[in-house]
Parts: sequence; C-alpha cells; structure tokens
Amino acid sequence: MSSVTSGHSVPAATSPETRNSVRPPGSAKNPVRRSVRNLVRRSVRRPWRLAAEVSALLIAAVVAFPLYWMVLSAFKPAGEIESTRPRPWTLSPTLDSFRRVFEQQEFGRYFLNSLVVAVSVVVASALVAFLAATAVTRFRFRFRTTLLIMFLIAQMVPIEALTIPLFFQMRDLGQLNTLGALILPHIAFSLPFAIWMLRGFVKAVPEALEEAAYIDGASRTRFLWQILFPLVLPGLVATSVFSFISAWNDFLFAKSFIISDTSQSTLPMALLVFYKPDDPDWGGVMAGSTVMTIPVLIFFVLVQRRLVSGLGGAVKD
Amino acid sequence: MSRMTNRPLPDSVPSPGGGRTPKEPAGPAAAPAPVPAGLPGAAPGPVPGPASPASPAATAVRPAAGPGPVGSPSSGAARRGTRPGRGGPGRRSPLARGGWTPWLYLAPALVVIGGLLVYPVYQLGLISFLEYTQAQVSGGQPTTFQGLGNYAALFRDEQFWQVLLATVVFAAACVVSTLAVGCALAVLLTRVRAVPRLALMLAALGAWATPAVTGSTVWLLLFDPDFGPVNRVLGLGDHSWTYDRYSAFALVLLEVVWCSFPFVMVTVYAGIRAVPSEVLEAASLDGASQWRIWRSVLAPMLRPILVVVTIQSVIWDFKVFTQIYVMTNGGGIAGQNLVLNVYAYQKAFASSQYSLGSAIGVVMLLILLAVTLVYLRLLRRQGEEL
Repeated sequence: MSSVTSGHSVPAATSPETRNSVRPPGSAKNPVRRSVRNLVRRSVRRPWRLAAEVSALLIAAVVAFPLYWMVLSAFKPAGEIESTRPRPWTLSPTLDSFRRVFEQQEFGRYFLNSLVVAVSVVVASALVAFLAATAVTRFRFRFRTTLLIMFLIAQMVPIEALTIPLFFQMRDLGQLNTLGALILPHIAFSLPFAIWMLRGFVKAVPEALEEAAYIDGASRTRFLWQILFPLVLPGLVATSVFSFISAWNDFLFAKSFIISDTSQSTLPMALLVFYKPDDPDWGGVMAGSTVMTIPVLIFFVLVQRRLVSGLGGAVKD
Repeated sequence: MSRMTNRPLPDSVPSPGGGRTPKEPAGPAAAPAPVPAGLPGAAPGPVPGPASPASPAATAVRPAAGPGPVGSPSSGAARRGTRPGRGGPGRRSPLARGGWTPWLYLAPALVVIGGLLVYPVYQLGLISFLEYTQAQVSGGQPTTFQGLGNYAALFRDEQFWQVLLATVVFAAACVVSTLAVGCALAVLLTRVRAVPRLALMLAALGAWATPAVTGSTVWLLLFDPDFGPVNRVLGLGDHSWTYDRYSAFALVLLEVVWCSFPFVMVTVYAGIRAVPSEVLEAASLDGASQWRIWRSVLAPMLRPILVVVTIQSVIWDFKVFTQIYVMTNGGGIAGQNLVLNVYAYQKAFASSQYSLGSAIGVVMLLILLAVTLVYLRLLRRQGEEL
C-alpha cells in the first residue's frame, strides 16, 4: 500500500516544476480532464441530490411556516389579521398586539413565574440527576440494576394521570396556588429521564482520570464536583432541555393547581385569557405565543449541537 | 458499533452462509446457482431469477436478528473493559469501593421520586377504590370504600370505551406518522449539503421548541375558517376543521406530528451519522437503492435507536393533553374528541368525580406499563447492559 502511494507521489512532486517551466497547456489538461470526469460523475448524481436539496428546503419552509405565521400575525395590525384575505406579509407592522398583551394582563409577572418554575426545575433536577447518575454508573452495589429498571419505568408514568393525587398532596402540603406546586412535581417527573440520559455522559469519562485524581490526593467530593461535574456539563445541558421544556410548557398542572390566585399563574394560562373559543383575540394570542416561544428557541439554538450529540450518545450508549 | 468491527471481510470469508453483511451479493447469489445446475429437471432460468433477489434479502435480515445472540456478547465484552468493578477486584476504581456512598448520592433523587412520583401513584390507586367526590373532599361526608365499584361503573359506561378506542387509534396514527416523517427526513438530511441541512434542522428545532399551547393556537389560526390562510389556499371557504370529529382529530394529529417529528429526526440523524460511511458507500456501490439501504443496512443498525424513539413516541402520543384540550376546546363538541387524559381531567376537575378520574388514570397507567415492559424486553433482547 505504502509503495503504491510513494510511487504516485514521485510524479506528483515533479509535475509542478514541469508545469511551470516546460508545458503549461499540456499540464493544464490534467486538472481539466479530472474536473470533467468529476463533472460527469456529479451530473449523474446531481438530479437526485438537487431534488433532495430542493425538497429539504421546501420541507424546511413548510415546517417553519407556522412559526413564521405566528410572528407575522403578532406584528400585523388588528384589521389585517381579521381579514378574510390573509396575506403572507404585512406592510405596516405594529407593536399594538404586544402592547395589549403586556398591559391587559400581568403578563410580565406570568413570564417571570414561568421562568422561575423552569429555571428551578432545570437546576434542581440537573444537580440531583448528576449525583444519581454518578451513583449508578460509577459504583457497583446491590439493587443497582433493579433501581435502573425502576427509573426506566418511572419515566413512563404519565404525569397527567397523577394530577388528581398530586392535587390533594399539594393541598395537604399547602402548596396549592403557589409556584411550588408546579416546581416540585416537575422535578420528580424530569428526574428519571435525566438520570437515564446522563448515564451515558458519566460513563464516557475515563476511569483513569478518576484514579489519577485519587493518586494526586483528591477527595471523593472534590473529584465529583471539580473534575467529573465540568466534564459532564455538556451532557447536563442537553438533558436540561427536556426538563426546561416540560416545565415551561406545562399546562395541565398550572390549570389544575393554580386555581384561585392568578398572580401565581404561568404563561400558558395567561395565553388562554386571550384565546376565547368564540371570539379569540388572534393578535394578542399570537403576540403572547411569540413571547412564550422565544426563550425556548434561544435555549434550543444555544444547546443545539450538544443536543444532537447528547441524544446520539444517550440512545446509542 | 462493535457489531460492525467483528464482521468478516467480504474477501476473507467466501462462504455464502457466512455472509452476514448485506453488501455481499456475490455470496448469496452464487449459492443458489449450483442448486439448479445440480437438478437437471428443474428449469434453470426462472429459479435463479426469483431466488437471487430473495437470498440477499434473507442474509440482509440476518444482521437485524443477529445482534441479539451474536452481537451482544462481543459488545458486552468490548464495554466491560471500561466499566468499574468488572475486571476483578484489582481493577476496581477507587470510587467504586463505595459502601454507602452510592446511596448517599442517590438519596435526593430517591426522596423526590418516592415522594412525588411513587406516593402519588399509590394515592391514585387508593382513590380509585374510594367514593371520592366534592362532598368527601370538603369533609362533609366520610369516604367510603367502593372496592371495584368505580371500575365497574367505568366499564359499563359506553363513552369510556369510545374514548379508549379513540385514544388508541389516535396515538397509533400519531406514532406512525411521526416515525415515518422523522425517519424520512433524517435520511434526507444525510443526502444534502450543509445549507439545506441547516435550514431543515433549524426549522425542525423551531417546531420542537414551540410550547404545546402556542403550537396549538398557531395551528388553530392557520386552519381558522374565517382568517386562516389554509382554507384560502385550498379554497375551502369557511369550512370548520374542528366541527367534524375526524377532521378535528386530523388537525390535532398534524400539530402533534409537527411538534414531535423533530425529536425522531434529530435522534435518528445522530444515529445515522454514527454508522461508518464505508458501510453505506459499499452498499451504494453494490447498487442498492435508497429504500434498500434503509431497509437492509440502516434500519438493522439503528434498531436500538428506533426502539427508543418508537417507545418514547408511543408514550408521548398516548398522553397528549394540551393539544386536544386547547384545539378542540376541552374535548370537542359533545366530547367527540376526548382522549383518556382529557376525559380523566374532565371527570375529576369539571364534574368533581375524583374517584372515576383516578380509575381512568389507573387504566392509562396500566396500558403504559404494558408498553414499558415490551420496551424492556426489547432492550434485553438486544443485549443492552444496564
């Protein structure tokens, strides 16, 4: 193999010299012929690839269209939204709908409430899941496999089916009508999946590192937080996407547990204030939807790369 | 991955039976050829014809079934080296000598899960056996044990069976559509260059990131009979999508597929990227079509990922709540669009029949538990080490 490549490399090394000094047109033939061959080969594949690329772009447009329409409707003046000839553009964008949303209800407060809930859930579940994932990947102990299977089963428990008992539990804990009633269940529900997903990331950290840390005299706690934690952080970020989304999007718990104190309401509930089935204020709904979607979008774009690799890692194992 | 590394090279193993890889048509194709030659009476023409397309398929199926018994020991062995405490006591990492430490690390998780997941499940079961309505909640009447009375009432109710059927059919339709769209687009992503790929990826991430409530309202606006662009483009006039039972379900299905195919697409795409490119190249050099490559090469190799994605979709789509609730305004006209989740919610919180709602919750729980057990069995058969 190596002799073949070296045999090729000899004329290749001499050719620039001949090209420059002796015969420019003849040497130009070589790359031309190569590019012609490439062209022929490419044009055989090209219609398929072109079709694939065109359809990919078309599908991307279709998939993005609802989001585009949402933002567009949020900026349209009221008369244009409620017109029987909807146009996919607007010539007079206005912030009226946003203004209405932020004035009419305590929308800013709801936004903050949602943020508090989502961030608390993300931070708490990430820390707890990190510890648990370390325990089940780095240690061998009795009931380890049983525990893992339990986590897997717990992940399947439909959160919605537990609304009724959780309602009474929150009542007994005095958490009804507080954000705690939303935070606590969501931590519990996001943990099993987070642990399951983090396993792969913790496992990927080589053990030699662990041994080296101990030889250097690091304590177990120190290794955990100063070495393992930073290394697993990308995985934690990928995992937290899921807990963030489930907490941010939560509709059922907010609807069931925040019953009388609307100051503790979250965004999904606030949104439905504008959405009356008979006569929805589409401008307000779309402006509120835009405000609600943007934080998640930002979060997603930030962690996008890690999400892809994280999912691959977690699933592939 | 280790499955591919211990695969015999095509030249080194000429025996037709050993052709574990789909990219070895010479082996299987050569195998049936001597058979008609040895049988003088048999028509030599048609026999190799149908046999040769069939036999590569037969060998191509083998990798799909193979990973269980064949691939798992080797992959387990490959993994074992990196695991703590497996290579005997001498190889144990310092951290692995835990004693009580793992339980210390697990304690917060176990407390939270136990208190807010296991205990509510127990409560759910308990309430479903009690008489529990507004009177009991406010303390006006004592709670009485009903035995299976709530379940009997539920199973006698015709609406329950109707809702159950609707839930199963709707979830199945959602899962199939989501998987088909997600896998097709994942394959498409691998065939295009960076710019279209980025565009599709970003659009999908946008759909994924959209909260269920906002997604529902946006799709309602798109399909609004008066102001929606879809009816204008399709020329449907003021046709209402949410009025008819099936078109309302179809609308919700579209929204659910829109917001859940990205998970499938991204995950499967990540899985395809992990497949060594030589395998795909070899398959296409051997003249395999796109569909054939997917069916005979990618799908078997992606099986673990596909199992995960399928089960996740089943679980998510089975318990769709927000979309149905928002888009059909709490279950549609006369409850025609109810699914189990919304039904339980309506029973419990709208008509204060908490025990009936809990019984519906238990039914859901049991169905999903059955799905989970299937999942576990599939994982086990794959030889996945926990």
